[in-house]
Amino acid sequence: MNRQRLSLWWFVGTLVFALLSMLVPLPGVLEPFKPYWPALVLLYWSLESEDRVTLGLAFSVGLAADLLNGMVLGEQALRLCALAFIALRFRSRLRFFPMWQQALAVLALLLNDRILLLIVRVLAGASLPPASWWISPFVGAALWPFLFLLLDDLRARLRIQ
Amino acid sequence: MARTRDESSPLFAGNAAGTLRLIVYLALAVVLMVLDHRNGWLWRLRYAASAVVEPVYRLAGLPAAGIRTVSVAFADRQRLTEQNQRLREDLLLANAKLNRMAAVAEQNQRLKELLDTQHSLELNVQLARVIGVDLGAYRYELTLNMGARDGVKPGQPVIDAHGVMGQVKEVLPTTSVVMLITDPAHAIPVVIERTGLRTMAYGSRDGDQLSLPTIPLAADVRAGDKLLTSGLGGRFPPGFPVGEIRSVAPAATGMFLVAIARPSADLDRSEDVLLLHDLAEPDGPPAPVTPMGPPAGLAPAGAASAAAPATGGAPR
Repeated sequence: MNRQRLSLWWFVGTLVFALLSMLVPLPGVLEPFKPYWPALVLLYWSLESEDRVTLGLAFSVGLAADLLNGMVLGEQALRLCALAFIALRFRSRLRFFPMWQQALAVLALLLNDRILLLIVRVLAGASLPPASWWISPFVGAALWPFLFLLLDDLRARLRIQ
Repeated sequence: MARTRDESSPLFAGNAAGTLRLIVYLALAVVLMVLDHRNGWLWRLRYAASAVVEPVYRLAGLPAAGIRTVSVAFADRQRLTEQNQRLREDLLLANAKLNRMAAVAEQNQRLKELLDTQHSLELNVQLARVIGVDLGAYRYELTLNMGARDGVKPGQPVIDAHGVMGQVKEVLPTTSVVMLITDPAHAIPVVIERTGLRTMAYGSRDGDQLSLPTIPLAADVRAGDKLLTSGLGGRFPPGFPVGEIRSVAPAATGMFLVAIARPSADLDRSEDVLLLHDLAEPDGPPAPVTPMGPPAGLAPAGAASAAAPATGGAPR
């Protein structure tokens, strides 16, 4: 029972931490290199514990992210929903990919996410972002193996599911 | 993980329901976005949830503040000494300038009193600190640690020691968000100091520049010209430095000159900023002129004492 509660707290904790990391600014030069943390953590959980991650959860995490930093309400909800849907759809395959292939899949997902964001922003009347704006998905994909192994290792140590 | 695998095909489990639910959620998100874009719910919601949102902002601002503290703690002595020296010199210079200005200001005040106008040169400002939070607007926004409770209102100009930074865009109870002048959606009316030419400075996509796309071809504009706020439009008071022109070139259409300017304010380095409280004249036609009377010195005693408190630059 206690173990279950701990694992729930761990799950919620990582998501909250991802939202916080999204808000932390980097120094000006590194700014475009910041990965989209909530997407990465949500991806990890959708691969590892399918029964917890649903579209509803992705939607509410996105709404929380929009509440904290967003141009319009619902934007990140839309992006995370699409991301979670694709990840859950291909979950069984993604899980058994070797790490580099998984990282490539994550890159594709994050690029798709950026394209969605671009469409939303342009429809909302914002101007086109600079070219450095496209670096972030690549950083996210490069960090993916480390994030995955770190979260997996921590989970194994805490002996939670 | 003891999961029952009784679905017909685990590779495509829950397909139909999943797709249907996805469509429902996506539609919901789109509806939310459209409604929010129309009505601006997000900020009202943020205001309502400020008890949760603001502590999160402060928490997220901690790493930046921590790095600042650590960098001060570990900065070597020489650098601090140099900085101290430089600041001292700046202060000395500023004080000297102020002393010279004081005489002029005094004179100006007297002349204005003679004319019986109520404007003053004094600035009514409020010091605010920048919170390091990334609000997803790609460096076009700042978060300050002052909000509605401290009397901050949307539209207030924000300056630093070197020039105009932007204006307050949204206000939460104890934080506020500033739109920088480099935001592509921002425009500020400026005047070129050397020639007095009035034009507009827009933000640019590159984040640290201003662009002035509508300068007449015949105008005399050079690199190095200083831009000041013109005070037109009533948002920014006149006479504050905005930037310095870097380059001038004919526009692609050949109808105008386009100038690129560098903001004079330290947009990405300022930690403390000043919120101006004296808003310039509000939008719309100017208020009707009060009937002219004799100058304050010659007016009857009652009228002079009534005008006196208003000349002190009281906050509105």
